[in-house]
Amino acid sequence: MWLRSYFLWLCTLLVGGAGLFMIATTPRPSDTSSLAEVVPEASRGEQVFWAAGCASCHSAPDAGGEERLVLSGGRAFPSPYGTFYAPNISSDPVAGIGNWSLKEFAAAIRQGITPGGKHYFPALPYTAYARMEDADLVSLFAFMSTLPASDAPNQAHEIGFPFNIRRLIAGWKLLYSGRGWVVEGGLSPEETRGRYLVEALAHCGECHTPRDALGGLKRNAWLSGAPNPSGKGTIPNIAPGGLDWSAADIAYYLKTGFTPEFDSAGGHMAEVVQNLAHLPDDDLAAIAAYLKRVPMVGN
Amino acid sequence: MKYLKATVAAAGVALAATIVVAGGHANPAVEAGVKARKAHMQLYAHNLGRLGAMAKGEAPYDSEAAASAAANLAALSRLSQQGYWPEGSSNESFENTRALPAIWNDLPGVMEKSAALTEATASLADAAGTDLASLQAAIGAVGGACGACHKAYRQSDN
Repeated sequence: MWLRSYFLWLCTLLVGGAGLFMIATTPRPSDTSSLAEVVPEASRGEQVFWAAGCASCHSAPDAGGEERLVLSGGRAFPSPYGTFYAPNISSDPVAGIGNWSLKEFAAAIRQGITPGGKHYFPALPYTAYARMEDADLVSLFAFMSTLPASDAPNQAHEIGFPFNIRRLIAGWKLLYSGRGWVVEGGLSPEETRGRYLVEALAHCGECHTPRDALGGLKRNAWLSGAPNPSGKGTIPNIAPGGLDWSAADIAYYLKTGFTPEFDSAGGHMAEVVQNLAHLPDDDLAAIAAYLKRVPMVGN
Repeated sequence: MKYLKATVAAAGVALAATIVVAGGHANPAVEAGVKARKAHMQLYAHNLGRLGAMAKGEAPYDSEAAASAAANLAALSRLSQQGYWPEGSSNESFENTRALPAIWNDLPGVMEKSAALTEATASLADAAGTDLASLQAAIGAVGGACGACHKAYRQSDN
């Protein structure tokens, strides 16, 4: 008799637990009805597009020049969890995101939720994009709809168990999203603009900040450099103490790729410079001004 | 005992010498090629530095100096690089270089990027002597051409 009631209890617990798990891990897009009132500006959208670095991941492997506007996807991103393949986010209604609504786009970019209601892997830097301003988001959506369509099919990620369980990303999001700005307090308007560009749009921290065991960014070691996720070499420390260039040198590097010694950017950073070169000089100066305000971390 | 110590020491020295020789300085053609291409890059950096100081506003704009530095860059981009890239001089087989094996596996890509640099430096040579704004506008494309090659063919140094 006691065995039977014990068994029933166990079943109840398991079913209840599974139910709670399903509820807790089901993505919930936030209310974005206010977005409908924002008027998009294509030129603003283009600036956001370059600042947010969309082309660096979503253009075809080795795309150069105008080809970088064709967001056909296909680039491979090796990581400790497996290899991610960037999807097609071109304006194609079937292969790309051409039939997405603004609401679906907002949920994807700012919350990491697919139109089908699943979690995106954080290879898409939605914890950074979460702070994208409404006007920027709406304008970006409008700009991207003007870009060429590509019918290239998506390639499945090669992620090992248990990291391939998308529901677990809900827990990851609880730990690492919605945590506010990293650098706070007493920023000038220029530094504040730089913070928005670095922490939200350009998501510099995704590569330049070390990660903990669960792949979350160590905010107390912000921009202090990290191992290259590809496994070879390290991404440099760009916090004060790691990067001693003048603000003018930093801004010029982001515009042209030239270091103060007139070597030039290589690796993935060459791609970043290709994007940032589209930004006005004021924005590049703002990034440099912000970087000078990042707390120094010994490493 | 003393004799044994001396033998061990000698063997150690011999072993160390072998390791140094095996460390990649055995082929003079490879060493010469790496040296030459690095010197070539140094000349780019020197002339870019003179132009960049003006473009950044760190040095006063001097039309003649700008034109001459830009002409140097254009000339450098057209020099023959014969002997710069011998087989066995990638970072896989030689330690003192960041040149990736992709250079030897992707000749059309190398030629294309090299042509882009020639074009960008020619435009810069046309523009640099005109005025500061023209120099500033044209130097960006040169940076892009440098970066395109370094992205594809140079191991990140960090």
